[in-house]
Amino acid sequence: MLKIKNVSKTFYKGTINEKKALVDINFELKDGDFVTVIGGNGAGKSTLQNVISGLYAVDSGIIEIDGTNITNLPEYKRAKYIGRVFQDPMIGTASNMQIEENLALADKRGEKRTFKWMLNRDKKIFFKEKVASLGLGLEDRMESKVGLLSGGQRQALTLLMATIKKPDLLLLDEHTAALDPRTAKKVLTLTEEIVGDNNITTIMITHNMKDAIQYGNRLIMMDAGKIIYDVSGDEKKKLTIEMLLKKFETVEDKISDRMILS
Amino acid sequence: MNIIFNLFMSFLDIKFWTGPMLGATAQGLIWGIMVLGVYITYKVLDVADLTVDGSFATGGCIFAVLVVSGFDPTISLLIAAIVGGVAGFVTGILHTKFKIPAILSGILTQLGLYSINLRILGNAANMSIGKIDTNIKFVSTFFSITQQQAGLVVGLIVSVICIILLYILFGTEIGASIRATGNNSQMIRALGVDTDKTKLMGIVLSNMLIGLSGALLVQMNKYADVGMGKGAIVYGLASIVIGEVIFRKIKNFAVMLTSSVVGCIIFFAIRAIVIKLGMDANDMQLLSSIIVAIALSTPIIKEEIEKKRSYRENTKNFVKK
Ligand SMILES: Nc1ncnc2c1ncn2[C@@H]1O[C@H](COP(=O)(O)OP(=O)(O)OP(=O)(O)O)[C@@H](O)[C@H]1O
Ligand SMILES: [Mg+2]
Repeated sequence: MLKIKNVSKTFYKGTINEKKALVDINFELKDGDFVTVIGGNGAGKSTLQNVISGLYAVDSGIIEIDGTNITNLPEYKRAKYIGRVFQDPMIGTASNMQIEENLALADKRGEKRTFKWMLNRDKKIFFKEKVASLGLGLEDRMESKVGLLSGGQRQALTLLMATIKKPDLLLLDEHTAALDPRTAKKVLTLTEEIVGDNNITTIMITHNMKDAIQYGNRLIMMDAGKIIYDVSGDEKKKLTIEMLLKKFETVEDKISDRMILS
Repeated sequence: MNIIFNLFMSFLDIKFWTGPMLGATAQGLIWGIMVLGVYITYKVLDVADLTVDGSFATGGCIFAVLVVSGFDPTISLLIAAIVGGVAGFVTGILHTKFKIPAILSGILTQLGLYSINLRILGNAANMSIGKIDTNIKFVSTFFSITQQQAGLVVGLIVSVICIILLYILFGTEIGASIRATGNNSQMIRALGVDTDKTKLMGIVLSNMLIGLSGALLVQMNKYADVGMGKGAIVYGLASIVIGEVIFRKIKNFAVMLTSSVVGCIIFFAIRAIVIKLGMDANDMQLLSSIIVAIALSTPIIKEEIEKKRSYRENTKNFVKK
């Protein structure tokens, strides 16, 4: 479904600030895979998603979705395949526009937009049903400006917007990190429901190891721009936080060794 | 005291209302179409486009030359709008394709347009359209009303049409993605919209309205001048600010568009009063700058005062405990 071949990305190449964010990444996803991604700060997790979504161009390598080479497509053209939810609840929605207007914009993701009226009775009913399924009581506020919603409500709405038209690939970048624990839990549960019900191929970045183990059928760990650990299936089910922490420690030992040696 | 007395007397004088005030309302409606254009870039797209001063005059100059050489006035109005849109297109390309900051892109186009406008008028600084037939003149003779009254009627009709069309446009899929571009470009790109294109569309549309407004002003004043757009951007911003203050509570899009035009009428009414009080019309530029500067700095000043006040309150309570 998703194929990443020999992808590298370096920021500020050739300067003293050079940052190797992705180093020769090779990675494939099967249809319906739900992979969680963990790794320390600066490991390259967000960069991996950002080169897939087209926010950054890669230095080398190929990215394919369903056999289509999207490596050189601009960000807005890749939107046809990809739904996204960001860490910052402000980024995923237009605050000055109504809930139903935001959904109408999202419902046309990747399609040609026309001079047709953006909302009609049928669409309003459809969006209202969808919003009701979030279970947040927002269905009575369809004409409220999104700016009036809380971070958690906005994030749930962004999740709905990213999936209202089924994407080939869903990218979640710490989408619950800015929320309080209870709201985060709620949004995660919604994520699992939506992803499961629609069988959406998903990459979810998280710093919460418990969530990384609990959700999805595959887990990868990144460090210094590389994928250093990749488990799926039964092996993943047997994972414990202790095992993951140990993995982290060996990585950190390597890092401190490197520092001592240099 | 004397000033207040004068002001009071002029309000009682019917001639003030049928003369300068009526004229100000007509001017306000015609310039109001320009304000709608500024509203699209400044408020909807969140782009500061300074093409305005140039494209307004270009609309006026093109219109004058066309009608003088025998073109139909209505078609000439449309051509003026299109040429204004072309000016916007240049700014838009500089900004979106070549990543020149919007303000600078607008200034470059505006400056270039000054030379172009002189050429349009055949290397003259202004051009009279004299007794040539225009839409306003037609309305004036048809209903046997004065030029000013006819200007008011035409200005009202055209601005109402523009508001309705804009309201419809911004409710469509494409219009909504232009709005979303101004509100959160990152989001709408993630939803598959080419934000360079939507910005370009917004800037073109804005300058079309501005060119149309310039052309109507030439109909009203019966002459075009290469400097006729000078300060237009500031008048536009001032009108938007005045409109916002008056319609503070209502956030409906149609109302906000209307409020910009109403703001413009009030702006010209203030101008008429100020002139009546003996102030030089040229001082209006200074006055408009001051209005806009105050309006734009008010939120910050308010915030600072509020911060200090709440700090004092909180600290007082704390010390008491
Ligand atoms: N836009 C950018 N410009 C310059 N450097 C960047 C940019 N984005 C990321 N980097 C650098 O690339 C490296 C990887 O960053 P990335 O954001 O992918 O890490 P991450 O794994 O998502 O970390 P975190 O857990 O903190 O979000 C870091 O060294 C970072 O400083
Ligand atoms: Mg990150």
